[in-house]
Amino acid sequence: MSSEPITGAAEVAEQSGGMPQLDFTTWGNQIFWLVVTMLVTYFVVAKIFVPRVSAVLAERKASVTNDIAAAEELKRKAEEAEAAYDKALAEARAEAQSIAAQARADIQAEVDAATAKAEAEIAAKQAESEKAIAEIRASAVESIQAVATDVTGEIVAAFGAKADAKAIKAAVAARMKG
Amino acid sequence: MAAEEASGGIQIHPMEQFTVRPLFGGTELHWYTITNQTVWMAAVVAVVIVLFALGTRRRALVPSRTQSIGELAFGFIRNMIVDIGGKDMLVFFPHILTLFLVIVTANLLSLIPYSFSIMAQFAVTVTLAVAVFVTVTVMGFVKHGVGFLKLFWVSSAPAALRPVLAIIELMSYFVRPVSHSIRLAGNMMAGHAVFAVFAGFAVVAVISPVSVLAISAMYALETIVAIVQAYVFTILAVVYLNDAYHPGH
Repeated sequence: MSSEPITGAAEVAEQSGGMPQLDFTTWGNQIFWLVVTMLVTYFVVAKIFVPRVSAVLAERKASVTNDIAAAEELKRKAEEAEAAYDKALAEARAEAQSIAAQARADIQAEVDAATAKAEAEIAAKQAESEKAIAEIRASAVESIQAVATDVTGEIVAAFGAKADAKAIKAAVAARMKG
Repeated sequence: MAAEEASGGIQIHPMEQFTVRPLFGGTELHWYTITNQTVWMAAVVAVVIVLFALGTRRRALVPSRTQSIGELAFGFIRNMIVDIGGKDMLVFFPHILTLFLVIVTANLLSLIPYSFSIMAQFAVTVTLAVAVFVTVTVMGFVKHGVGFLKLFWVSSAPAALRPVLAIIELMSYFVRPVSHSIRLAGNMMAGHAVFAVFAGFAVVAVISPVSVLAISAMYALETIVAIVQAYVFTILAVVYLNDAYHPGH
């Protein structure tokens, strides 16, 4: 051990085996101040710190729960909107298809009508043409008959015979029918 | 001293730092005398107030940094209690939290050079351990009456062994405050004594670089020890308290 002069608690401790902590004369003082420290800290922790943090944590939990609920609500709304969109899309597609079918049917009807009309016109024109041809043929036959009658009259006259116009006409008519 | 003789005149007093001495003159140490230890206890209280009372005063939904520290400590100790003893034991949450905050703050403050290691004082750790011991014993009898003695009666052991085990259990129960207090004070004392020894050797120029490096490495280790020992003391207090709540084996 050192031979320095002893001053205060440190040296007392040195004498008690080198550990100042085992100097029991200081224990009363230490324990008193420790109790004060613990009581003050306990007051700060129990009356201020714990209630505050509990409140903050509860509030945070509530706000998180609210946010989750709001998010779920929004998600539900989004899903509803999507369903409505899908429905509208399907309706629009069906409508488009029906409009297309309608248009096709209309066009078909128009085409049919136009075809029928054209056929009718063609038939009318054909009938007309046939009638005209028949007239032309009839008039041609008449002309031939007249020419034949005239020619026959001339030929008969050339042979010197006198022929009755009526008889010639009747004879030509009879030949032409023949 | 051995150290003095070995290093030829270097004065190393690793234990001197643990001396409690009156701060404002005089050698008399009354129970109310303000000592170097008292000042550091006041510092602990100040740090707790600044970090945990002022740090949470805004009650922010999105916490600031100091509020995060507070919430971290809050959640850490609360989960510890709930995991070990269930929600019944949350009655003691403020007490346990106080215990943890005081010890961890004191330990970390003691790492400041020229500071004082409060938790290296057996007077302090013994008082805390005895307080835990008394609380556990009283709570055990309050909650379970004589049934608390089942803690010492190992009903799962063979009947013949039970009386023997009861004696062992009883002894280990009374040894608890001893181991509880010496573990904390011993760890803190050892770390700070080693600091002092290395610092003492730093006087020799040749050794000083090694000394400084060693102190740096020790500092990192002691930072962990400061937190871990606070955690160990607290969790043991909770485990002991759990015995008062659930004494069966």
